[in-house]
Amino acid sequence: MKTPSGWRSGDGALWLSTGAVTLTLLLTVTLLVLLGRVGFGHFWPEPLSTFTFDPATGQAPVVAALREQSTFALPEGGMEARTLLRTGNRDAAPPDFRWVADARLHSVRFDPAAIELERRSWGPALGLLAPPEAPATDRAALAARQWARLEGALALPPQARLGTLTLYSADGSARPLALAEVVRAWRPNAMDLREKLSLYFSRIGAFISEPPREANTEGGIFPALFGTVLMVMLMTVVVTPIGVVAALYLHEYASQGPRTQMLRIAVNNLAGVPSIVYGVFGLGFFVYLVGGSLDRAFFADALPAPTFGTPGLLWASLTLALLTLPVMIVATEEGLSRIPRQLREASLALGATRLETIRHIILPQALPAVLTGVILAVARGAGEVAPLMLVGVVKLAPELPLDSTFPFLHLDRQFMHLGFHIYDLAFQSPNVEAARPLVYASALLLVLMIVLLNLGAVLLRAYLRGRHRDPLG
Amino acid sequence: MNDTPTLAFDPADTCLNVEQLSVSYDGKAALREVSLTVPRHRVTAFIGPSGCGKSTLLRSFNRMNDLIRGVEVTGQIQLFGEDILAPAVDVTVLRRRIGMVFQQPNPFPMSVFDNVAYGLRLQGLSEQRTLEREVEWALRSAALWDEVKDRLEASALTLSGGQQQRLVIARAIAIRPEVLLLDEPASALDPISTLKIEELIGQLAEAYSIIVVTHNMQQAARVSDYTAFLYLGELVEFSATDDLFTRPQARQTEDYITGRYG
Repeated sequence: MKTPSGWRSGDGALWLSTGAVTLTLLLTVTLLVLLGRVGFGHFWPEPLSTFTFDPATGQAPVVAALREQSTFALPEGGMEARTLLRTGNRDAAPPDFRWVADARLHSVRFDPAAIELERRSWGPALGLLAPPEAPATDRAALAARQWARLEGALALPPQARLGTLTLYSADGSARPLALAEVVRAWRPNAMDLREKLSLYFSRIGAFISEPPREANTEGGIFPALFGTVLMVMLMTVVVTPIGVVAALYLHEYASQGPRTQMLRIAVNNLAGVPSIVYGVFGLGFFVYLVGGSLDRAFFADALPAPTFGTPGLLWASLTLALLTLPVMIVATEEGLSRIPRQLREASLALGATRLETIRHIILPQALPAVLTGVILAVARGAGEVAPLMLVGVVKLAPELPLDSTFPFLHLDRQFMHLGFHIYDLAFQSPNVEAARPLVYASALLLVLMIVLLNLGAVLLRAYLRGRHRDPLG
Repeated sequence: MNDTPTLAFDPADTCLNVEQLSVSYDGKAALREVSLTVPRHRVTAFIGPSGCGKSTLLRSFNRMNDLIRGVEVTGQIQLFGEDILAPAVDVTVLRRRIGMVFQQPNPFPMSVFDNVAYGLRLQGLSEQRTLEREVEWALRSAALWDEVKDRLEASALTLSGGQQQRLVIARAIAIRPEVLLLDEPASALDPISTLKIEELIGQLAEAYSIIVVTHNMQQAARVSDYTAFLYLGELVEFSATDDLFTRPQARQTEDYITGRYG
């Protein structure tokens, strides 16, 4: 017999499938690298320089960080190389980001006295700790003195910090800066690698653990992270039992005929309904109908101010539970159908009822599949934004839905969500350039959060599967 | 069917009495008006070619056929004089009285101990000392105790196929049934494991009424006291094993045991 050649040899199919996997892998890695580089690169202390411009432009020199370089097509023809400078000081010398033509850049000077300050308002301040024209020794001494005072002040709580810091701009003008306004400060040009690393991680830590400031363009994303995790957990708590019981009915109790098959197809199709439709349903059914009825029945005193008849955490969780229910049912039923019939028969033949068989034999065996369902549901639910905008997510929630006042878990409160936060940063931000790195950083955190939630479920599933593994199977 | 060569036993020695039993699946007859009596504390074998209804007959005794959609059963089966096909019969109680072992070893994915204790725990037995005593007794009765006594907490799936089948037998007898149904218990096993199961069947016959379904005629000849030959859903001949294999009365039986079909 002749060995098949060409396409029929199978080599082509092997290459094609390997190529597809490689492409997928490459795209995933690219995604993560992009998110990580742009998003988390933002927290690295950028070197600051004094940029002076061609005197013909009449522009004053600025202390700035170099953000991006690009080439632009000019309307009158030809190309021009431009540089995006991050100059900060939105209050004193707006704008805080500016494109300048490279041809107009006169000189770039690296100044060890440069400082960047994170402030409670008006975004970062960039400047010099000593006037640019003074003799070098005087400058160093003044910069060191100011820095020591700043460090001393930053060790105190904001309200205990008195006085001001004098910040010099590149053209030599000085302005006072209240110490109470400063959140964090660093001299990027005078830092060694260790100090930079420590600042980098402390800024990432702050990003994860602090609430946002200034219309979400500064500060952290903790409430959004917290809201997302809490909502996903509530969703899981709701969707898991309902999904498992529904799958048990479909697979164990319902007689397998055309009607059950129709039901199954209907459930599968629910997974294909656009998520915004679930949002509309959640708003109409949960918020207005159920929430409104609850208010009339139990919170009549507070009316017309709604208690539950308004978007909130509970309704968002329930809406997402509904959205992920088909996934849960399908995954669980898949697991149920993998359990050999012989195990059911063995249990029944020992005098077990159907319920006892389900409880002692079928459910423990189906648990890994249930966890697969949880993983899929979490992955789907945590990434949804559209329906949440209708049923409880807000741009800025004044309080977390979980706190130390009774009843601790406030299901009626509105909450922040990472997915919506990303949308808000990207489209609703008053300061696009400032918000851009945060979009990437938030996106990376959302991915990491879903990975972490899933990893927990995957490890649990591996543990459950390993417990009674057939050594041969 | 009155001319079917069959046996009758004294009511005191009768375990199961089957009268005019017919079973059909979705209108397709699997058993046709089978009548026979199964003796107490003896090994009875059902033989016949594939599809002859021997497993259906066996599964009628503990009503496992109920689980199949579209099944229809007519006729009567009495266990020590009690009707077991009546709708009012609690099948869970019936199945505790009539244990069953399947063709494929089907231990639960739990420890050896928990497998044997499963049926006991279902009956509400929870005291550890009693459970241990009963589990040891069942494993000894199934000739498995010496092999597993040091690994009672190991997963049952780590046992060999033959050990698994004996474990399943131990699990069935742990709840002390009156009848033990064995559905081709050795067909998935190697010759040595088969031999062990056959020896075990002989020992268990002292305490239980055993019905074994097999397509292996040598096995039926070796282990059983009585043998019923079924063909195409009908009982062809039921007699003492020695008689059936040496002096078959029906022509079909003779053809089958001499290997002319099946």
